[in-house]
Amino acid sequence: MITVYVEISKYLIVLLMAMYTFCNFRYFTAAEAEAKEDYCAWQQRILLLLHFIAFSVLYFQLWDLQLLVFYGAQLLFFLIYPRLMGLIYRKVSRLLLNNICMFLALGMVMLTRLDMDMAMRQFLLVLLGAALSALVPLIMDRVLAIVGWRWLYMILGLGLLMLVLAAGSVSYGAKMAIELGGFSFQPSEFVKLSFVFFTASMLYHSLDFKNICLTSGIAALHVLLLVACRDLGTALMFFAAYVAMLYAATGRAAYVLAGGGMFAGAGAVAYQLFSHVRTRVAAWRDPWSDITNTGYQIAHSLFAIGTGGLVGMGLGQGMPNRIPIVEKDFIFSAISEEMGAITAICLILICLGCFLQMMLTAYYMDMLFYRLVAVGLGVTYIFQVFLTIGGVTKFIPSTGVTLPFVAYGGSSVISSFLLFMVFEGMHIIMMKDAEAEPAGPYTGRTEPEDAADLEEVYPEEEDPEQEEWNDED
Amino acid sequence: MMRTKRKGRQESRNGRRLQNRPILAITYGVCAVFIGLIAWLLYFVILEAPLVIGNTYNPRVDLMAERVVRGEIVSADGQTLARTDRDQEGTETRVYPYGSLFAPVTGYMQKGKTGVESLGNFYLLSSHVNILERTLNDLTGQKSVGDDLWLTIDSELQQTASEALGDRRGAVMAMDPETGRILCMVSKPSFDPNTIAADWDSLTDPDNDQGQLLNRAAQGAYPPGSTFKILTVLAYIHENPDSWQSFRFNCTGSYTDSEGNTIRCYGGEAHGEQSLEQAFANSCNGAFAQIGGELSVSGFQSLAESLLFNKELPYSLPYTKSRFRLSETDSLFVREQTAIGQGETTMSPLHSLLLVSALAKDGELMQPMILDHLENGGGETFRSFHPQRFGRLFSQEDTELLRQMMRKTVTEGTGSAFRDAAYEAYAKTGSAEYQSQEGMKTHAWCSAFAEYNGCSIAVCVLAEDGKSGGSTAAPVARAVMDAWLLQQG
Repeated sequence: MITVYVEISKYLIVLLMAMYTFCNFRYFTAAEAEAKEDYCAWQQRILLLLHFIAFSVLYFQLWDLQLLVFYGAQLLFFLIYPRLMGLIYRKVSRLLLNNICMFLALGMVMLTRLDMDMAMRQFLLVLLGAALSALVPLIMDRVLAIVGWRWLYMILGLGLLMLVLAAGSVSYGAKMAIELGGFSFQPSEFVKLSFVFFTASMLYHSLDFKNICLTSGIAALHVLLLVACRDLGTALMFFAAYVAMLYAATGRAAYVLAGGGMFAGAGAVAYQLFSHVRTRVAAWRDPWSDITNTGYQIAHSLFAIGTGGLVGMGLGQGMPNRIPIVEKDFIFSAISEEMGAITAICLILICLGCFLQMMLTAYYMDMLFYRLVAVGLGVTYIFQVFLTIGGVTKFIPSTGVTLPFVAYGGSSVISSFLLFMVFEGMHIIMMKDAEAEPAGPYTGRTEPEDAADLEEVYPEEEDPEQEEWNDED
Repeated sequence: MMRTKRKGRQESRNGRRLQNRPILAITYGVCAVFIGLIAWLLYFVILEAPLVIGNTYNPRVDLMAERVVRGEIVSADGQTLARTDRDQEGTETRVYPYGSLFAPVTGYMQKGKTGVESLGNFYLLSSHVNILERTLNDLTGQKSVGDDLWLTIDSELQQTASEALGDRRGAVMAMDPETGRILCMVSKPSFDPNTIAADWDSLTDPDNDQGQLLNRAAQGAYPPGSTFKILTVLAYIHENPDSWQSFRFNCTGSYTDSEGNTIRCYGGEAHGEQSLEQAFANSCNGAFAQIGGELSVSGFQSLAESLLFNKELPYSLPYTKSRFRLSETDSLFVREQTAIGQGETTMSPLHSLLLVSALAKDGELMQPMILDHLENGGGETFRSFHPQRFGRLFSQEDTELLRQMMRKTVTEGTGSAFRDAAYEAYAKTGSAEYQSQEGMKTHAWCSAFAEYNGCSIAVCVLAEDGKSGGSTAAPVARAVMDAWLLQQG
């Protein structure tokens, strides 16, 4: 009977994932705010059902009471977290919250299946991340001065990266983490945020050529420090985010071309300079010829995805543990193996949905600073998704970055929470402004400390279009 | 949603414009890349994965074996080459009814997997019996019947080839040049896949010099001897497009070059005055050694590489890459040796077969194929594998010249074994010398092709420690050709 249940459950999971993803995109095309609310409500129900089915399958195979308790704790979190956030912030974007929960649910199911102790540790960090990040929208709403703290962001970012370079521990050839009293802390996960804030603040301050040069120099320093730590995946993300922000700020495609040229040049130099880059590229081009050594990771990842097929082997029925570092870099392969490639593709689409929501925020924000933050963080996020999924499916050479919210890692999950909450903060500001605008641009906002900044932010004349998009988003 | 109406209207008081176009461009760009990523993932899972996950390094395939009874391997003429028997307790035994005869084809599946057992592993462990039955089996924990894998190998031809080679060590491989279908693949001595586990220790014993586990047809690396003159003569013609017809060489049975090195013809035979075609047909070493001394090294090297030396072959089972190496600094003697197929050059019978197959098909090579189609447990074909072109190896002009020379080899030269055949055969023989513990010995080669009544075949025979190619290998090739062409044609 249990095999029957496992078999049926895998089709159910695929179906639920497809439905959830459908709601995710219908949300964008729905015109009415009520319809959007409906889709979000459906997403929550689907999510809870999927989570329940997955854990029941795991329970029937493990018969572990601890698992039930753990499931209960997660269920509480998924019930309370979106509602609590909705209570605290009336204008919160439900879609982003739902998607965070979906990522976490998939991640917790897979991590529990791989190693329950590991999953429990991760869950505590999820709680910590959720609690810490809940403050972010509040700070963004109340402290307008964050717009001008560019030197603070710079010192924070460069300082943390230098700390890694000086005191980081090496794993898989890259210096990424600092060991602190038994905890491993990955500063680059947080520098992602400070870097985007730094760049946005600099470009918001001035777009004259001299300032762009200065900004580019400091941005390059960030990237070079990461390269020195051999954390090439993160370095690439920073680079992509910077080029995107510069393009968004100036509207000059020449910067994108120059960026592309620099990427090609730097890639060629890195290929010549670093043996591990050559190894990765060789393993990407042909993992099969050196399957026991350099091609091992990617070959086993492809075995997992390929054997799983479209609907997967069923939870607990595959061998995801055979993939090295499956809980971090290769979590996507494990999901694809046991829950199927359709689920995995839905996961990609949900990530893309998050990115679209982020770009919508960028599109509708009126203040350049927030636009740039939205573009920068959005590109950082989606580029990371692309690097990790592209890497484990042999679409591109693997770079060793992890899937936000889904993969194991405390720094990663906390920084992902912070990143998404910055968008919630912007969403809230946007909705409040939209509501307030017909009556006057300043209502509902606390007086900022820096009046000069404010003048730049808010146009005096009212935008006649504003009313129209009130009810749209 | 994103309405362009708003574009250009957002202008803050100090005149800074907020632009939407970059945001849209970035969004579209990212969406395009992700569509590519998803398409690749689907492509991989649906089309590429079946070839990948049968890999012996994939531990998951054993999981599939728990749900499916491994299918049969069947020859093109419907003979079962491998099947799985289950006793009443459900214990499975893989049975190979022909013992060692098809071992180089099927391989084995204890002690790892090789041959078709490895290549077709995923297919054999998949089940395409009807979906209801399969679901019912899945749900009730019963095993489904695996798919049967039909090969292009003809069981009778395999038997004929094996008998013709007799007790010699060596290989016989034949293929249909028009389709690339491999018709037989014999390697001797071989092993019995039924008892591979019990025999394993003696097969892998370091003192065992028989090499039963080596598939000599594809994995053997032998000096090509005179069969390599196909390349040498082509290199010479390319370098002397106008004057090669007036080439003359007076063979006295041995040739001494300007540095005093002597190269002898096989058996010390004096061929007398030879044109290029005669020298090819008679396999005159002296003439070719002289040519070797004159050829441009880089031209020779690039010709060899265009004919797949030092290159991957279009072959999906394990094989050994052929090797050709010559440099400007090599001595005259080395260059002469290389020209007659000695020296450091090695090649597999498979590679030689591919070269003559291309000559049989106007210079075009078909990809060799060994899998023909898949049938489900009910005997319905649900997937067929189709012939695929590999590409052109020889220009039409070169093909014509080489065909003439190979024909002359049959009518006037070393290919006399085919002279009285009912069909027109084209051949090149070779007698490659090698150093063994008991002194100099000869590998006998014969690569040939023929057409008869619209049916064609290319054959390569290699017999280790034979006499000459013409006397040891050519009769074996003749037997295989007769069996195929006179029966099919």
